[in-house]
Amino acid sequence: MIALIVRDVRLGIRAGGGALIGILFYLAVVTVAPFAIGPDLNLLGRIGPAVLWTGALLASLLGLERLFRIDHEDGALDILAMSRHETPLALTVLAKCVAHWLVTGLPLVLVTPLLGLLLNMSGVAIGATALTLLIGTPAITFIGAAGAAVAVSLPRGGLLVSVIILPFTIPVLIFGVMATLGAVETFAPLVQPLSFLAALTLFFAVLGPFAAGLALKGMQD
Amino acid sequence: MRLVAEGLAARRGGERVFEGIGFALAAGQGMLVTGPNGAGKSTLLRVLAGFLPPATGSARIEGAGDGPAKIAAHAHFLSPLNAMKPALTVRENLAFWRGFGDMPWHSVEGALDRVGLAHVIDAPFSDLSTGQRRRVAIARLFVARKPVWLLDEPTSGLDRGAEAAFAALVADHLAEGGIAVAATHLPIAVPGMRTLRFTAGAGA
Repeated sequence: MIALIVRDVRLGIRAGGGALIGILFYLAVVTVAPFAIGPDLNLLGRIGPAVLWTGALLASLLGLERLFRIDHEDGALDILAMSRHETPLALTVLAKCVAHWLVTGLPLVLVTPLLGLLLNMSGVAIGATALTLLIGTPAITFIGAAGAAVAVSLPRGGLLVSVIILPFTIPVLIFGVMATLGAVETFAPLVQPLSFLAALTLFFAVLGPFAAGLALKGMQD
Repeated sequence: MRLVAEGLAARRGGERVFEGIGFALAAGQGMLVTGPNGAGKSTLLRVLAGFLPPATGSARIEGAGDGPAKIAAHAHFLSPLNAMKPALTVRENLAFWRGFGDMPWHSVEGALDRVGLAHVIDAPFSDLSTGQRRRVAIARLFVARKPVWLLDEPTSGLDRGAEAAFAALVADHLAEGGIAVAATHLPIAVPGMRTLRFTAGAGA
């Protein structure tokens, strides 16, 4: 399992790993938003967390297709699936998700403070957004694993993956933005949405790999 | 330990690929599956490896003690794809497969030595020639210990010398009490190997 995480992280950060694509997309979405919304700094600051969360969600969806695709193409997925008597498939998927998040999700969290400045957000709001993204983006990866596993043997299944999993990621988005607002505004609740967000991540950390494991086991071509 | 197949039949896309395949291989025995393209050699191996459920019949391991009867739990599967990452070096690729399983066997250096490629250990996999890539994929059989080898076109891309060397490796494996099933359209010169011949369309 550890070997798989190390290998996938290594693959992700080597040239052609695609880790940068997500960050660039995130950057593009967030830098374009102020131009579209206009020069109202207060408005920008207020909707900043929502813009960041939307950008991060879309950027996360972008790379999910690669989760199993490459292993499927070079035959490694067959062997990983065959090893399920030693390492259960759900654990294999979990390891791949962890590596995938470290390479594509964590960088989004790390560049968030920088992008927050572009949106005229306060220090608290920036910190809160980074924190909620840190807690919430793993859930997107775990949900995405199930979608990616279903679509793995389809050619150009990338868009399909996004369409399949988008509805399931909406609660993560809602509670993520809600918790961020809660940290900034006094009238909004903080603890409840934050707990829900953490619960979603933990819930999908179990369900996602399990469902993806089932999908991969049923995969035959 | 025995590998037993009884009354195996397989369908692909609703069409019968083969039926009535039965054989038993004891420790130390190997079998070549030969036949023209499309006769069902690879399908048989995928059924044995558990990727494709058989339409009828069963394939299992007998006498594995407490271990599972599934062949997949005891087998290496060498598919026509090499299962190596071009972006990683040969050492990183093999070290991963060695570390992923529960039963590491030879070191990466030792395994590469067996296929005569010790000198490319730190080269990126993408820099290797087709034949060298195949030999690295073969080296994977030696980084984890599995008694059953399921080999799908194992010698594709190999030159004559490497083919002979591979046959010797399979012979060694059988001599050590292993089991091997190899699907190939080129004969592999391993003494004492049985042959299952597929004819086009008909099966068995």
